Amino acid sequence: MKASVIVFPGSNCDRDAAVALEAVSGIAPALVWHGDSEIPPSDLIVLPGGFSYGDYLRSGAMAAHSPVMREVVSRARAGTPVLGICNGFQILTEAGLLPGVMMRNATLKFICRDVHLRVERNDTAFTRHFTEGEVVRFAIANKDGSYYAKKATLDRLEGEGRVAFRYCDAAGKISDAANPNGSRRNIAGIYNESRTVLGLMPHPERLADPALSGTDGAKMFASLLETLH
Amino acid sequence: MKARITITLKPGVLDPQGKAIAGALHALGFDSVGDVRQGKYIEIEVAESDPKRARAEIERMCEQLLANTIIENYAYELEAA
Amino acid sequence: MNIAAQADRTAQSITPEIVAEHGLSPEEYKQLVAALGREPSLTELGIFSVMWSEHCSYKSSKVWLKKLPTEGPQVIQGPGENAGVVDLGDGQAAVFKMESHNHPSYIEPYQGAATGVGGIMRDVFTMGARPVANMNALRFGAPDHPKTKHLVAGVVSGIGDYGNCMGVPTVGGETNFDARYNDNILVNAMCVGLVDSGRIFKAAAKGIGHPVVYVGSKTGRDGIHGATMASAEFDEASAEKRPTVQVGDPFTEKLLLEACLELMEEDAIVAIQDMGAAGLTSSSVEMADKGGVGIELELDRVPTREDGMTAYEMMLSESQERMLMILKPGSESIAERVFQKWELDFSVIGYTTDTGRLVVRHRGITEADIPLAALAHAAPLYERPWTKAEPQPLITLEEVPAPNSLLGALECLMGSPHLCSRRWIWEQYDHMVMADTVQRPGGDAAVVRVHGSDKGLAISCDVTPRYCAADPYEGAKQAVAECWRNLTAVGADPLAITDCMNFGNPERPEIMGEFAGAVEGMAEACTALSFPVVSGNVSLYNETNGVSIPPTPSVGGVGLIPDISTMATMALKRPGDVLMLLGTEEGHLGQSLYMQAMLDRSWGAPPPVDLEAERSTGDLVRELIRSADVSAVHDVSDGGLLVAIAEMALAGGHGVVLDALSGPLPAHAAWFGEDQARYVIAAAPDKADAIHKAAAAAKVPLRLLGRVGGDAIVLDGEPPLPLSVLRTAHEGWLPGFMAHG
Repeated sequence: MKASVIVFPGSNCDRDAAVALEAVSGIAPALVWHGDSEIPPSDLIVLPGGFSYGDYLRSGAMAAHSPVMREVVSRARAGTPVLGICNGFQILTEAGLLPGVMMRNATLKFICRDVHLRVERNDTAFTRHFTEGEVVRFAIANKDGSYYAKKATLDRLEGEGRVAFRYCDAAGKISDAANPNGSRRNIAGIYNESRTVLGLMPHPERLADPALSGTDGAKMFASLLETLH
Repeated sequence: MKARITITLKPGVLDPQGKAIAGALHALGFDSVGDVRQGKYIEIEVAESDPKRARAEIERMCEQLLANTIIENYAYELEAA
Repeated sequence: MNIAAQADRTAQSITPEIVAEHGLSPEEYKQLVAALGREPSLTELGIFSVMWSEHCSYKSSKVWLKKLPTEGPQVIQGPGENAGVVDLGDGQAAVFKMESHNHPSYIEPYQGAATGVGGIMRDVFTMGARPVANMNALRFGAPDHPKTKHLVAGVVSGIGDYGNCMGVPTVGGETNFDARYNDNILVNAMCVGLVDSGRIFKAAAKGIGHPVVYVGSKTGRDGIHGATMASAEFDEASAEKRPTVQVGDPFTEKLLLEACLELMEEDAIVAIQDMGAAGLTSSSVEMADKGGVGIELELDRVPTREDGMTAYEMMLSESQERMLMILKPGSESIAERVFQKWELDFSVIGYTTDTGRLVVRHRGITEADIPLAALAHAAPLYERPWTKAEPQPLITLEEVPAPNSLLGALECLMGSPHLCSRRWIWEQYDHMVMADTVQRPGGDAAVVRVHGSDKGLAISCDVTPRYCAADPYEGAKQAVAECWRNLTAVGADPLAITDCMNFGNPERPEIMGEFAGAVEGMAEACTALSFPVVSGNVSLYNETNGVSIPPTPSVGGVGLIPDISTMATMALKRPGDVLMLLGTEEGHLGQSLYMQAMLDRSWGAPPPVDLEAERSTGDLVRELIRSADVSAVHDVSDGGLLVAIAEMALAGGHGVVLDALSGPLPAHAAWFGEDQARYVIAAAPDKADAIHKAAAAAKVPLRLLGRVGGDAIVLDGEPPLPLSVLRTAHEGWLPGFMAHG
């Protein structure tokens, strides 16, 4: 699996994503600078977490206009899987590849902790190694992680089966108590229409190593390897 | 010319920061405070002296970058530099 | 036109008022004139005032800091560079330092704390090390002081926003609340980075005719005289000092970090230093002085973001996120390309010379021409008079009553500001970015994996100010010992420390006595534990209207875990495991949190520190950890034995059944005494025998405490304390305080 990880000014989790990808595929991904308009041939494009442009103006707003994004959009439209993690998800919404917008957490604070997610479907490139409805533990670290979209958009996402992950408790119950940031419908991640573009706020690459107290994240990369190999 | 741009949340969009500000004002004894909404104020100098062209430029800037039109409205004033 | 005549030309001639405004005494001014050979220009006065300030020259503390041990086989670089460096083996080294940003954080807590984090990270990456972990030691006033909540909120979000944006995990720290910090909070920021030992960059500007290059943010008027503010006490007029607080831009610093590390892979940089306190002045003077060269600056070439900046302003500005480099001639274009890629300013602003002088030109006029030795070495050194306070007597047990219920007292202590969970703070810090955090905040020490290896770096920040207030010597010994214990408790070999010496006004003999005592205590402990000081910082004048903070020598320690699979944590893991105490039992309640909670104040001598016992007990614990004989380890410190056990129970979600403590001590002295050199360990029952034998061989006292099991703290003769109740108390205080104040 040949992957490209896009690096924006202020990206922080590019190395983390690259390490997780290499651990699972044996191939180091290409690190592509935001200023390049070309991306090498890739089975997967990753927009990593971090603080592109310092999160100034709005998280992901300025990165969405980087030269490289034109090519990312074009590849996505041609069917190349794209994974946007945290700031990457924010950039995908600002670039119009996914609907909705990320707003300030309900607590108004940065939150770094583990969360439980329910895997809504396991028939996409990203989720084959999960079971449907499985409860997994990922890690969040953000200040602007509250997913918002208009009701009509949310209904459409639900109707088209495009909700990828929802915040839940350890038993899988979707509740307000299990929602760390006020995201509508407890949405933690969503797909585009073809379910080849996934954006999620939690970080799969942070719990993909037994030394780091969790490995549920590794299943996402294993799913991708299996699908795209 | 100089543009003074105000970016505000669309009505109906939840504004937790505005809510927190209202709470803090009440705690300080400003009982008459009702709803509070927080927005952004941006000043931009443009090297354009024709107001019509400047207006069009500013609007393009707002649509493309400065406001996220899913949740934000924008308004602006133009003055000679 | 010669500079003396130019000095006359400047808008103001130097009056005694102007000298005083610059923080120099009349005697110091006389020494300045003698060192310069004439009266200074205003710009020259500004330059001397910052270089001779307490913050930059260490004039009150240098004679004492010489007593600290700074060497050892593991030390690659001791004090004197931007940060200290210790060997990790296999061609790798850890670079680390702690620094204070106390005065700015009191005035503007968000920016003061943020720029403190920014500054300490620059000190680490200027040496070629990628920062891998941040920590901080915070001291706030009493919870019921009107400013405390606002200061906590500002400092925590300032530290969080800056560190998170930089993508460096903030993995732990210390937070205390004490009325003596009401008007003088402390914010000490620590950073640890990793570097290949063969690729360490230093500050000495060697070579004549080399380009002096400015990179990073443009220069503005921020923080002018920040160094002199840090060298003075507060009074009522301090709120007006707000313009002197610098504003940080972590996005630019992230770009600066990546650009510097990228350029450091080439062979272009001769020397590099960040522009911190006293900005362009201190970096150019220190770099040139260390290299034995002179330096000439053309200020017209300095990128500015304000109009009409004067030479004085440009030399003294403390605008953040700037570095000064000396490049190999011919490498300017390679370097410029890197900084252009990262969209940072890059400007050749001068050259090294062979004159040994700092020459500053602006708009064709020589604004300063000073021998470097005068700036770097002629600052007055003070042997300030000092007095030693009467030692506090050892308290007697009669002075401290027993509680109605031991478990009731435990619940009260665990729910107090001193011992409650700090989760409200550290969940605002990204402590997992870089995907190498092997032990998260809340344990004895944080542990980050050395990227790409199985090694771990253990990090801890420690000091107990109430002990230092009672006895600076014993308290400082305890700070070093506790740090050493915390690293040991996770299974690390302690390597070295950085220190942040926070004290009051050194011109008062009793404060100088506290400083002297603390340095001597630290020196003794560092020597006995082979735990040298490789970097550090001094912050004096932490006083308002004559009331000083308690002496607070913060210690930041780093240790090495050879294989992280043998790392220990404090969480109790298995019902049925036996609990044991290693160490003595003397029931020291003097200056204890128990006494503080029961009687609303504490007095008496602090618990004594036996460095030999620390060493032998700690070495035993480390051995047990590495031979996988123990399942949980926690050192005993604030709150004493019962608190340590409760912390282990909460961390693991398993209760304990404790035996009554037989022996001559009253129960409350045994359970809440803060005797030093002690650890609680949990182990499988079939390991108990081997552990007994090992303890006996090491001559370390061992006592069986009880067993892991159930979901409560069970103590004979009292109703059990359910973990759920304890957890509510433990997790509840801080969020409750921050929500309601």
